[in-house]
Amino acid sequence: MILEVRELTKAFGGLKAIEEVNFKVRQGSIVSIIGPNGAGKTTLFNCLTGILPSTKGRILFEGKEITYWKPHAITAKGIARTFQNIRIFAAMTVLENVMIGQHSRSKEGLFTAVMGTTTFRKEEETIKSKAFEYLEFAGISGYADVLADNLPYGCQKRLEIARALATEPRLLLLDEPAAGMNPQETLELMELIRRIRGWGKTVIIIEHDMKVVMGISDWIIVLDHGVKIAEGTPNEIQNNPDVIEAYLGKEEVF
Amino acid sequence: MLTKGLPFYTILLPNLLKFNAMFFQQIINGLTVGGVYALIALGYTLVYGILELINFAHGEIYMIGAYLGIIFLGIFTAAGLTEYSLLLSLVLTFIMSTLVCSAYGFTVEKLAYKPLRNAPRLNPLISAIGVSIFLQNYVMLTQGATDKVFPHVIPVTIIEFSNVTMTTLQLFIIIVSLLLMAGLHLFIMKTKTGKAMRAVAQDKIMASLLGINIDRIISVTFIIGSGLAAVAGLMVAMYYGLVNYSIGYLVGIKAFTAAVLGGIGSVPGAMIGGLVLGLIESLGAGYLSSEYKDAYAFIILIIILLVKPTGLLGKSEGPRP
Amino acid sequence: MKKLIFMFWCALLTLPFMGIRGAAYLFFGIAVSYGFYVALANMFGKIKKPDLPVNMKLLSTALIIFSFALPFLVRDYYTDVAILVCIYILLALGVNIVIGFTGLLHLGFAAFYGIGAYSNALLTTALGLDFWSALILTLILSSLAGFLLAFPSLRLRGDYLAIVTLGFGEIIRLVLNNWDSVTRGPNGISNIPSPVILGFEISSLKYYYYLVLLFMLSAAFIVKRVQRSRTGRAWLAIREDETAAEAMGINTRKYKFMALTFGAFWAGLAGALFASKMHFVSPESFTFMESVFVVCMIILGGLGSVPGVIFGSLILVLLPELLRDFQLYRMLALGAGLVLMMIFRPDGLIRSRQ
Repeated sequence: MILEVRELTKAFGGLKAIEEVNFKVRQGSIVSIIGPNGAGKTTLFNCLTGILPSTKGRILFEGKEITYWKPHAITAKGIARTFQNIRIFAAMTVLENVMIGQHSRSKEGLFTAVMGTTTFRKEEETIKSKAFEYLEFAGISGYADVLADNLPYGCQKRLEIARALATEPRLLLLDEPAAGMNPQETLELMELIRRIRGWGKTVIIIEHDMKVVMGISDWIIVLDHGVKIAEGTPNEIQNNPDVIEAYLGKEEVF
Repeated sequence: MLTKGLPFYTILLPNLLKFNAMFFQQIINGLTVGGVYALIALGYTLVYGILELINFAHGEIYMIGAYLGIIFLGIFTAAGLTEYSLLLSLVLTFIMSTLVCSAYGFTVEKLAYKPLRNAPRLNPLISAIGVSIFLQNYVMLTQGATDKVFPHVIPVTIIEFSNVTMTTLQLFIIIVSLLLMAGLHLFIMKTKTGKAMRAVAQDKIMASLLGINIDRIISVTFIIGSGLAAVAGLMVAMYYGLVNYSIGYLVGIKAFTAAVLGGIGSVPGAMIGGLVLGLIESLGAGYLSSEYKDAYAFIILIIILLVKPTGLLGKSEGPRP
Repeated sequence: MKKLIFMFWCALLTLPFMGIRGAAYLFFGIAVSYGFYVALANMFGKIKKPDLPVNMKLLSTALIIFSFALPFLVRDYYTDVAILVCIYILLALGVNIVIGFTGLLHLGFAAFYGIGAYSNALLTTALGLDFWSALILTLILSSLAGFLLAFPSLRLRGDYLAIVTLGFGEIIRLVLNNWDSVTRGPNGISNIPSPVILGFEISSLKYYYYLVLLFMLSAAFIVKRVQRSRTGRAWLAIREDETAAEAMGINTRKYKFMALTFGAFWAGLAGALFASKMHFVSPESFTFMESVFVVCMIILGGLGSVPGVIFGSLILVLLPELLRDFQLYRMLALGAGLVLMMIFRPDGLIRSRQ
C-alpha cells in the first residue's frame, strides 16, 4: 500500500467538505476518484498534498504518517500533483517551469550560486537536462523556450504533468487532466497516464470524463457530499446502485 | 518628615484627582481625534469592502477637503457672507467642500482605478500610491508648501468642569462624527443604494446578474467616502487651525489602521476602530511618550495584522485556494 | 466630445486650487496637447511601442566601457550624479529581489537603506572603526534586520504585507528621529570619514565613483547570476503562484526569508556607501517617499529584470537632474507616471522577456 487514508475529515467552519473518508491505494495502480460537483474531490487532494490542513484523521504515505506536513515537505517525500484550473508559472519559459519541478531533488543554495562554483554549474546542467527529458516524455520539448503563458491549452495541461513528474514522485495526483480536451487529446492523455504508470509510479486522478475513468482505472472511489459511498473495480462501480443513485438526474454519465 | 504624621490618603487623593483629570482630558482629546479617524476610516473600509483595494490616495482626499474648507471660507468671507451670517457661511463651506471633494474622489476612481479593475491586485495599489503622490504635489504647487491658516472666524467657548476642559469645537466634532456615522449606517442598512452596495461587496458577479450597476455603486462608494473625508478634513482644519499639503499621508495611514483595527470591510468596525485608535493615541501620548505618538498607530497596526488580521469585528476568512 | 467634457470636468475640479486663470490654462493646455497627440497618431499610423535594442550583450559592454570612461568625459558635477545613480541601482537591485523576483510588495525598504547608512555612520564616527570593518558589520546588521523583520511580515499576503512593511519603515525612521542619545535625532550624524584603501584615502570624486561603480557592477552580476539559479527560480515561482510553488516542493517561507535577507543586504550596502559619500546622514533621507521612489525605479524598468532596474534608476535619478528647471514638478510627474505606467505599460518599459 503506497497510500492509506484513515477517517480523514476536513471541515470549513461547520461545513464538512469531506467526512471520515477511508481508502487505500495499491502501489503501481491507477485509481480514479469520481463524484458529482461539490463532492469534496479537490478538497481531498488539497488535504493529501498538505495545501489544506486536515481537520481530523490520518494520511499515511508508504507507511509514514504525513498528515500535518507542509506541502513542500510532502512533495519532497514523493507526492506530486496538478491543479484543476491550470496553475503554471505563466511568466517563465516551459523549460524553467519544469526546472522548478526539480527543486526538491537538488540542493545548491544562494552562496554557491553567488560564487558560481563548479558543483553549482554541474547541478544546473543536470537539472536542465533532466527537465528536458520530462518535456520530451510529455511530448512538448519543442516548446522548451516558449513562455508558458503562450502555450496552447492542451500543452499547458501537459506542461503541468511534466512539471509534476519533474519532482520525481512515486505518487502522482492529477486533478481533472482531461477537462477541456478534445477526444483526440483525451486519448493521448490516457496513453500518457499509462506510460507514467509504466514507470512504476502510482496515479490517482479526479475525472469527470467516464471514458477516461473506465478506460484506465484499476480501482474507483466514489465520493458524494464528502462521504465515500462506494469503491471497487470499474465493472463493480458501473453496476453499483448507490453510485447510480448519486448521479441520477444530475448528469448523464454512463 | 512633615508628611509622616498625615494619613496616607491625603497624599494620594490630590494625585488621584490630578490623575483622573488628565485621564478624562485625554479621553476627550482622544474622542475628538478618534471621530475624525473614524470618518476617514469609513472611506477605506467602504472601498476595500467593494474593490478589495487599499485606496492609498484617501488620505490625500481628506487633505484636499481641509484645503477646500479654507478656500471656500476665504471666498465667502471675501464676498462678505461671513460678516452677514457666520452660520450660513459655514454651512455653505461644508456643503461646497464636501461636494467638490466627492467630485475628486469620483474622478480619481474613474481615472486611476477603473482601468485596472481586472489587473493583478498590486497594480491598483501602486496606481493609488501614484495618485497620492500626485495630489500631494498638486496641492503643494498650487497652494504653496507652507502651512495654511484656517481663518479665526468661529468663536470658541471653553466648557470647564473640575480640571477637565472641552471646547465647543471638540463637542461639535464629536457630535458631527457620531451623526454622520449613524447616518451612514442607516443609509447602508435602509436605502436601496445601500443594499446594493452590500450586495456588491458580497459578490460582484451575483450583484450584476441581479441587475445592479456595479460601476455606479463603485462611484457612489467613492463619492460617499470622499464626502466623509472632506468633513473630517474641514473639522481638523478648524480644530488645529493649520493645514499643510502633507497632512494626508500620516492621517491616512492612521485611519487605515483604524479600519483594520475594526476589521476592514466592516462599517461599524471602522467607527469603533477610529474611536479606539484615537483613545489609544491620546492616552499613549499622555502617559507613555508623546515623541512616539505617531508610532503607536503603526505598532497597533502591525500587532493586529499579526495576531488577528480580521480585526475586532471582521468576519473570519473562508478557505484558501 | 466625451473626452473634451472629461477634460473640462477635470479643469473645473482644479478651479478652487488654481483659480480661474490657472484652470483655464490647464484645460486648454491638455486639450491642445491631446489634439497634437491625436494628429500625430493619425499622421504616423499607430504609435509603435519602442523596440529596444536586441543585442543586450553588445549594449551592456558598451555601457560598461562608457561608465568607466565617464569621469574623464564629463564635469565633476555629473560624476557626482553618477555616484548617486550607482547607489540607487544598488538599492533598487535589493528591492527588486523582494518585489520583482519574489513578488512581495515591500514598501519599507528605506528602513534597510537607513539601517545601512546609520550603522556605517555610527561605527565609523562613534566607535572609530575603519570603513571596511564597519562595512562588514553594517552588511551583517542590515541582513539581520531584513531577516528579523521578515518574521512578522511573511505571515501576510498582498496588500496587507505592503502596509505592514510600510509601518516597519516608518517605525524605524521614527526611532532614528527620536533616539537622540544615539542617532542625534533630526540633526543627523556628520563627519563620516571616507573609505581608505591601503593607506590611501578615497576622498576625490573620481576615485569614489570607481569604488561605487565596482560595487554596483559586481552586485548586478551577482544578482543576475542568482536569478538564473535554483534560488532565483524558486523566487520567481513564488511570485507567479505561491500555492503551485509550494506544491513543487519549494519551502516558500524559507525562500521569502532568503529574499528579504538578501535584499536587505544590498540595501545596507547602498546605505553604507551613501553615508560615506555624503559624510552625513539624517532621518530625512529614509522616508516613505524614498521607498516609493525606489519602487518606481523597478516598475519603470520592468519588475524582475536586472537591466530594467539599472535603466529605471538611471532615468529616475538623471531626469530630475537634467530638468533642473522643472524640479518642482518632479514628484507630480512621478505620481502621474506611476498611474499611467500601471494602466498602459504595467510590465515596465523594458520587458523582462519577450
